[in-house]
Amino acid sequence: MTKVVVENLWKVYGDQTVLENINFEVAPGSFISLVGPSGCGKSTFLRMMLGDEAPTRGRILIDGEVLEDEPSPDRGVVFQKYSVFPHLTALQNVMLGLELAQSPILGRLFGRRRRAARAASLEMLKSVGLSHAVNKYPAELSGGMQQRLAIAQALIKKPKILLLDEPFGALDPGIRAEVHEIMLRLWREEKMTIFMVTHDLSEAFKLGTRVIAFDRVRTRPEEMKAYGATVTFDLKVDGKSIPPQAPGAAPLAAAAQ
Amino acid sequence: MRRLINRRPDIATRFGLMLLPFVIALVAYMVASEARLSVNPNDKLLPGWSSISAAIDRMAFQPDQRTGNYLLWTDTMSSLQRLGIGVAVATLIGGIFGILQGLIPHARATLSAFTGVLSMIPPLALLPILFIVFGLGELSKVVLVAIGIAPFIIRDLALRTEAIPHEEIIKAQTLGASTWQIILRVVVPQMLPRLIDAVRLSLGAAWLFLIAAEAIASDSGLGYRIFLMRRYLAMDVILPYVMWITFLAFALDLVLRLFQRVAFRWMYRGNGA
Ligand SMILES: Nc1ncnc2c1ncn2[C@@H]1O[C@H](COP(=O)(O)OP(=O)(O)OP(=O)(O)O)[C@@H](O)[C@H]1O
Ligand SMILES: [Mg+2]
Repeated sequence: MTKVVVENLWKVYGDQTVLENINFEVAPGSFISLVGPSGCGKSTFLRMMLGDEAPTRGRILIDGEVLEDEPSPDRGVVFQKYSVFPHLTALQNVMLGLELAQSPILGRLFGRRRRAARAASLEMLKSVGLSHAVNKYPAELSGGMQQRLAIAQALIKKPKILLLDEPFGALDPGIRAEVHEIMLRLWREEKMTIFMVTHDLSEAFKLGTRVIAFDRVRTRPEEMKAYGATVTFDLKVDGKSIPPQAPGAAPLAAAAQ
Repeated sequence: MRRLINRRPDIATRFGLMLLPFVIALVAYMVASEARLSVNPNDKLLPGWSSISAAIDRMAFQPDQRTGNYLLWTDTMSSLQRLGIGVAVATLIGGIFGILQGLIPHARATLSAFTGVLSMIPPLALLPILFIVFGLGELSKVVLVAIGIAPFIIRDLALRTEAIPHEEIIKAQTLGASTWQIILRVVVPQMLPRLIDAVRLSLGAAWLFLIAAEAIASDSGLGYRIFLMRRYLAMDVILPYVMWITFLAFALDLVLRLFQRVAFRWMYRGNGA
């Protein structure tokens, strides 16, 4: 269970202020939906959460500690595109995280440890409904399958925080609903804190326990450069419990060990 | 009538069209050769088929009177050996430095201006220096081939490494990868097929440097032979040698392409990553 605190966060590129004065606290186990118009800085915020970009001012605390300034396994990510490795099969993509952790020099496992990693990865692929495609390369998977693969790949590391940047934007409504169910189930099982950027308000409210909107307050053309976007509304979604209840045991936790 | 850009030849037509320019070139040669030989039977410029085939037989299938070697094969072996070693060395250097320059900011800061300048040096201008430093033996020729193409391979690979989506590099880090592991599991496997492309593109230049080096100082090799034969205006030897070199270059390119297809299946699967 991870608590995230965003304190007085600013991001300025050159003379362009993108984000200003962002403040909020996130209860452990929340599912935060981030919405806002295109170009308001949602992806920029996620990049700062990842440690890929440094805040210009302010800071982000994770469980009371200032966030590490480079990406690390405690913060998983699924991008809209390029989230999986094209040269690895689905199974290899998921196994990669386990192999990297256990084999610093070769980045590959052999024998018993390889079989264990393989079994855990197959279990994870099953939980996102990709059992039939374990030996396919990403280019052979549909968009929805690729995103589910990216989710499986990120979750095998058991990140404390999962960052999703418009992960389901390219999916058709049927597949999207299916992936939503998978996402909600994994979130309950893994007790992660999730930040999801989306342009789809119904998705934001359906999945999120809280919806946060970024937007510019000052929109006159001459003000566009000097003022960035900030939190313009912040809404708890009724009827959702935080932290989420985990129904039964967590099979994934067992599988990944 | 459909537009020309929308009309596609069927298989038979395609095959015929493919052969057409070759046939035209051959016929043009034969006609011109015939015409010259009928005026002067001793003309050396455009030898007829009989003297060419006699020359092929002499070079490829009869031992040389002086050395007892089958010249075409010994020439081919020494040229391919020089080319192979030079290209292999350039590939190794290009792969290592290209990936470092493309991936690691400190390496890029150190190397990119330097390799940029290196690649502007005309390699043939270095040939005298190489002969002075490494002597007239094998080493200077191999080094010329390697120096000639390595800067191109480095720069090409650096650009392609930089073009790996930033998301992939971030993703690898969130999976816990160290810099070394990123190189080993993410960058190298994706760059190997690109490296083969870079080598294929530089093979033409590699042959150029090889033949130039052999022409100037050597005692065997395909380049050595054609420049030696030039003194005797022996077109009947030079022409088949040129065709043989062309064939070797074509075959090498084909082998590399097939190897890439077999070894890197992921590149050719699905809708093409
Ligand atoms: N590396 C950068 N250098 C300069 N400006 C940048 C950089 N990255 C982003 N920006 C600017 O920051 C602003 C916010 O970009 P960002 O990608 O965060 O928007 P977004 O909210 O994710 O938009 P979308 O919904 O379209 O994805 C944009 O105006 C963009 O031009
Ligand atoms: Mg974005």
